[in-house]
Amino acid sequence: MSEFFTSVLLKKELCKGCINCIKRCPTQAIRVRDGKAFIIKEFCIDCGECIRICPHHAKVATYDSPDIMKKFEYNVALPAPSLYGQFNNLDDVNIVLTALKKMGFDDVYEVSSAAELVSEMTRKYVAENEDKWPVISTACPTVVRLIQIRFPNLIDHLLPIYAPVDLAAINARNKAMKETNLPSEKIGIIFISPCPAKVTAVKSPIGIKKSEIDGVLAMKEIYPMLLPYMKESVNKVEDLGKSGRIGIGWGSTGGEAGALLTDNYLAADGIENVIRVLEDLEDQKFERLEFVELNACAGGCVGGVLTVENPYLAKVKLKRLRKYLPVACSHLDTEESADAFWTEDVPYEPVFKLGKNMRESINKMAKVEELMHKFPGLDCGSCGAPTCKALAEDIVRGVAKEEDCIHILRDYIHKLSDELSRFDKKK
Amino acid sequence: MNEKIVLRYEVDPNDFTRAGEASSNVKRRLKLLGVDPDIVRKVAISLYEGEINMVIHSYGGIIEVIISPEEIEMILTDKGPGIEDIELAMQAGYSTAPDNIRNLGFGAGMGLPNMKKYSDEFNIESTVGVGTTVKMKVFIPKE
Ligand SMILES: Nc1ncnc2c1ncn2[C@@H]1O[C@H](COP(=O)(O)OP(=O)(O)OP(=O)(O)O)[C@@H](O)[C@H]1O
Ligand code: SF4
Ligand SMILES: [Mg+2]
Repeated sequence: MSEFFTSVLLKKELCKGCINCIKRCPTQAIRVRDGKAFIIKEFCIDCGECIRICPHHAKVATYDSPDIMKKFEYNVALPAPSLYGQFNNLDDVNIVLTALKKMGFDDVYEVSSAAELVSEMTRKYVAENEDKWPVISTACPTVVRLIQIRFPNLIDHLLPIYAPVDLAAINARNKAMKETNLPSEKIGIIFISPCPAKVTAVKSPIGIKKSEIDGVLAMKEIYPMLLPYMKESVNKVEDLGKSGRIGIGWGSTGGEAGALLTDNYLAADGIENVIRVLEDLEDQKFERLEFVELNACAGGCVGGVLTVENPYLAKVKLKRLRKYLPVACSHLDTEESADAFWTEDVPYEPVFKLGKNMRESINKMAKVEELMHKFPGLDCGSCGAPTCKALAEDIVRGVAKEEDCIHILRDYIHKLSDELSRFDKKK
Repeated sequence: MNEKIVLRYEVDPNDFTRAGEASSNVKRRLKLLGVDPDIVRKVAISLYEGEINMVIHSYGGIIEVIISPEEIEMILTDKGPGIEDIELAMQAGYSTAPDNIRNLGFGAGMGLPNMKKYSDEFNIESTVGVGTTVKMKVFIPKE
């Protein structure tokens, strides 16, 4: 495993070297070099924006194939709540859960059920830790990574509690081991995910030592496989659902914060909006706010790149589905659950730093300014960097050169040909 | 060798859409320089308060920020109207902000006290009819 793992990858043969993705990336992590895009891994936060924008479908997410189930004797499916928003006219979550079992899973453990436990813990944590207000949600791994590399002063505000999927994984494993008497390695805990960020979170978790998830399947791949089984299940639905309105609400924006039973919260979604909120939080522009829910995807997890339904329609569907459910079905005092507080520190990783020390950095920044005077300031992207400034920073970092700017190259060639013609005349 | 970075920002009076631009730009640069997060925070808070004061209370002016390996110096100079009683203005809770500004969430009278609190060196001079100059420094401890 490399130091920086990301799950967004480039399919080189499909990449045309256009500049759509470099312009869209919120952390300026993509460059086009030698006609192909490439991702600077330490800057990437797995938000999936490049996958959404690429017209040639050259950016893809890595995830596991359903074949991974064959590796284990007993498999438990962990469906994300956003899954329930993908289907038309679904009025009972149990149909999806029964279908998952028909598809080959031995058991299901809803992430939304663990989410209800996390909500209870969060309520307590927020009430007891006024000095950490506003507490920032940590369920979206993209947001957590973003804060870790770019907003060091907010790290202390992160909710130090497992994301629902990670708690679900532990609880599901404990339950399976108890029920089957199988050793841990024979049990597969398989997450059905709306996004590639969760793949990264499994490979290099933040705040926890090791993820208990063995495989991550893409919702969009499971969706068509599930449909026929759902038709079959309708007649004989197993009662498997263990979550209420609160748990299922987590699938779209506002659900997590709404579960805290306070009005004193902010919920923002869409990566650009999230960044704006973080900037302002860092400047302490919001006072007396208790909780901040942030989702990298527009609409929340229903807007993840691995989903199929339009996020806003999915949100409506979740709302309809929740309407007749009890508020919450899983509770800490009745449910068997592991302790879910983070065990690891989250250190600031200044990946954007220009130099090794302050003196070197100042020098490099001065060079950037100098270069900026040379460049035309068009931010045209022809050099493969998203802005003139990004190219200047690449140059001082030693990974690009001035002539990558086609305007500088053109001037250089003009000068050269002028000199050549003068040379010719002299002869 | 360049030992310093000098940054200059013009501040327009009453332009709330751009208020905070200078401080967030400085903040971004300090992170690029790898300055300790605590220092970034001190600079960001004190500079933001000063910038907002220029937008709300002054006729506009210039912010100059000088970054060296030892310290970050901020000089905010505006073109008036000036402050009559600096001691009073420095008191926590004192504000002359009108209602429309208070509705925007400003006007708690905490700006100047916080600038003093978060900077390591703070100095304010003002002449009524001429303008106000605030000089602040935040020191960077040796690595
Ligand atoms: N640059 C300035 N020019 C003229 N008057 C100023 C300037 N800066 C501050 N003042 C005066 O000093 C008072 C106190 O400033 P301070 O920043 O402490 O509070 P505020 O701006 O009114 O409210 P807050 O900063 O809490 O939003 C202001 O109300 C204003 O009368
Ligand atoms: S909002 Fe949800 S789907 Fe989108 S990146 Fe975050 S966790 Fe994944
Ligand atoms: Mg003020």
